[in-house]
Amino acid sequence: MKVILRYPRRQELEFHGPRRVRDILKELNINPEAVLVIRGDSLVTGDTVVDENDVIEIRPVMSGGQTDALH
Amino acid sequence: MRCIKCRKPAAVEVRRHHSAFCPEHFIEFFDNQVRRAIHEEKMFTHDDRILVAVSGGKDSLALWDVLLRFGYQATGLHINLGIPGYSDLSQEKTEAFARERGAELLIVDLEADYGVTVEDFKRGSERTPCSACGLSKRYIFNKVALEQGFDVVATGHNLDDEAATLLGNLIHWQEGYLVRQGPVLPAGYPNLVKKVKPLFRLAEREVAAYAVLRGIDYVLDECPNAVGARSLLYKEALNLIEQHSPGAKQSLYLGFLQKGRRLIAAADERPQLVECERCGMPTTSEVCSFCRLMERVKIRLRRARPEPVAQPASD
Repeated sequence: MKVILRYPRRQELEFHGPRRVRDILKELNINPEAVLVIRGDSLVTGDTVVDENDVIEIRPVMSGGQTDALH
Repeated sequence: MRCIKCRKPAAVEVRRHHSAFCPEHFIEFFDNQVRRAIHEEKMFTHDDRILVAVSGGKDSLALWDVLLRFGYQATGLHINLGIPGYSDLSQEKTEAFARERGAELLIVDLEADYGVTVEDFKRGSERTPCSACGLSKRYIFNKVALEQGFDVVATGHNLDDEAATLLGNLIHWQEGYLVRQGPVLPAGYPNLVKKVKPLFRLAEREVAAYAVLRGIDYVLDECPNAVGARSLLYKEALNLIEQHSPGAKQSLYLGFLQKGRRLIAAADERPQLVECERCGMPTTSEVCSFCRLMERVKIRLRRARPEPVAQPASD
């Protein structure tokens, strides 16, 4: 399967399937709280099994900026 | 994993609520959290004119989307900050969103309207770019709201933003910031428009999920100036705790609002607000931080770019 990462730079990785989403994230050392996983145009949960021919995108959800003041 | 409401396959797991939802019921969950925030905190009503601060990112576009769906009078305000390779795309996405929904959008261009860009802040100010940018945005949102008669400014700050800000304020024991941190900053004399954060009950991941499920085309890239920002460190630290203890962020921030703020308020000494002698906006000193920032940046820019030598007239 193809895994597209967006952060810190765009990368495409190959994994052999079938694999659970949460196991892929664990192997990549990615905190599930900090990303969404998208297959096609759908969001998938950590227990979803991804097949050999699937493409998934791991999309970070964090954005930064100023923290030390009122906003 | 199945939706706790309808047993269809789940799209989003919300561990802090021991829940998972299909797309339809996730939107319902999201809507309920926003409604609860608006009503419980008395943010605004359908009679109010709301100015939504819109960057083109997921949070602000999700906020604008949900307020429009709820039928509020929500006008967008986008500030082009002049960040190369980032600001123009942000403006394009914001304009496309407004066009698709027939929503009213105001644009302020920092360079055209104020003669500087965020790039100039890096060279001409001791503040970090995020700090100078945040200051400028707050100033401009307030000024536009005031001049154009909006009742309230709404921003897309989510639970993670607020928890990270709280953590930063706690680490540095910023008493003045702590006592006023909250989802509503009331209007005040002089010239301070009410500010609200209707997404404060929703985690950043939930706001991103809403944006994806609603098909909102937002800017995916992080602002280049935010790389390495302290806020990202605090968010990562909180997410690590959240991973092992779901609900930690919510407990930290909502617990602070319910209990912590009251304790700190006892020690609060409110600063006296006066009108800036140059621009009339609210400040605690004679000249406001924004006017001082502009002055410093422009002095340094003039030094860096000397005036061209005057040429004799040709006729």
